[in-house]
Amino acid sequence: MKPSQFEFFVDPNRCIGCQSCVQACGECDTHKGTPMIHLQYVDRPVSVQTVPVVCMHCDSPTCAEVCPADAIKRSEDGVVQTARKPRCIACNNCVLACPFGVPKMQTEFSLMMKCDMCYDRTSTGLKPMCASVCPSGALWYGTREEMERLRPRSRSINTFRFGEQIITTKVNMMVPADGPAQHIDVTAAMDDEPIGESNALDSVFEDM
Amino acid sequence: MATNPDSIPPDGRPYHEQPQCRNDFPIDWPQDELVARRDFTKFLILTSFAFAVGQAWIVFENWSRKRRGRPPIQKIARVDEIPIGVMRVFSYPEPHDNCILVRTASDRFLAYNQKCTHLGCAVTMAEKGLHCPCHNGWFDLATGAPTAGPPRRPLERITLEIRDGVLYATGVA
Repeated sequence: MKPSQFEFFVDPNRCIGCQSCVQACGECDTHKGTPMIHLQYVDRPVSVQTVPVVCMHCDSPTCAEVCPADAIKRSEDGVVQTARKPRCIACNNCVLACPFGVPKMQTEFSLMMKCDMCYDRTSTGLKPMCASVCPSGALWYGTREEMERLRPRSRSINTFRFGEQIITTKVNMMVPADGPAQHIDVTAAMDDEPIGESNALDSVFEDM
Repeated sequence: MATNPDSIPPDGRPYHEQPQCRNDFPIDWPQDELVARRDFTKFLILTSFAFAVGQAWIVFENWSRKRRGRPPIQKIARVDEIPIGVMRVFSYPEPHDNCILVRTASDRFLAYNQKCTHLGCAVTMAEKGLHCPCHNGWFDLATGAPTAGPPRRPLERITLEIRDGVLYATGVA
């Protein structure tokens, strides 16, 4: 089977936070010891739920759009590659711009490094390191037909909306089959009242 | 899901409607000409290696030329067939080594390799000596020494000998 028929599916519901993907990613010879995958806690004070975050490989990669050094390239098969080392100037633009928060700045190398879907492996038909070790199938790599057969209660989406920006990605996210599509207005939080009490200055002014 | 071979600009319009800078610095790998520092260094090292091998080859060629010894004696023409003051072309010592022969007086013959010592064009006889038309180089007819223009080395002299009314080329001086 050709590598182009395989797709990457992220199913955050199934993540158990075991860190296997992080360890496996760090084992890869192309970036030994530095995992490119993020294992995020959704709301750590109240839940142990974790979410693995791999690069979503956008059709319109914002990281590459904002790169002033022309260091981030997207290959023909839709994989957004990690920064070219001779070009990257470690400016952090991509880290700030990526809507998914994927690029990582490695200050010790002055280089941005990010998930490239294990390009050395997937381009020859192997599974990415993280998908090959995930025990719960939260990170899954294979054909769409098999995924639909294995998880009939889920559907995959690859269109995301951040404010006015709509992003189509190569990587799929599994969501409940009957749930509505949720769009998050990322700038809405700017209108909210600040959380917590900011009484430090108030008490100062009261004393005056 | 079909993957687009090309990335989509943020405004969604096709690439030919995009500003020039977007086409000058493409996001897509196939459109980008990436020369890494390592590739450039590799190119430099391989080229230097080729030059070094070339030097060794030149040394070997010089050595083998010396080993070959003097070229054989070759008949050019009968002396009474050669008119005075006219240039003749003959091949010596190899069939592709063109040489010129000039009889300046009844008992005086001059022969030079026709290859200009500047860049190898064919030298011809003119009023003021031997002339190379490629870069206007001039040589003295009597000695083959350069007199004007870019050549810095004299023309290769062919030694001649007359035996029983026949002119022979006997070697390259």
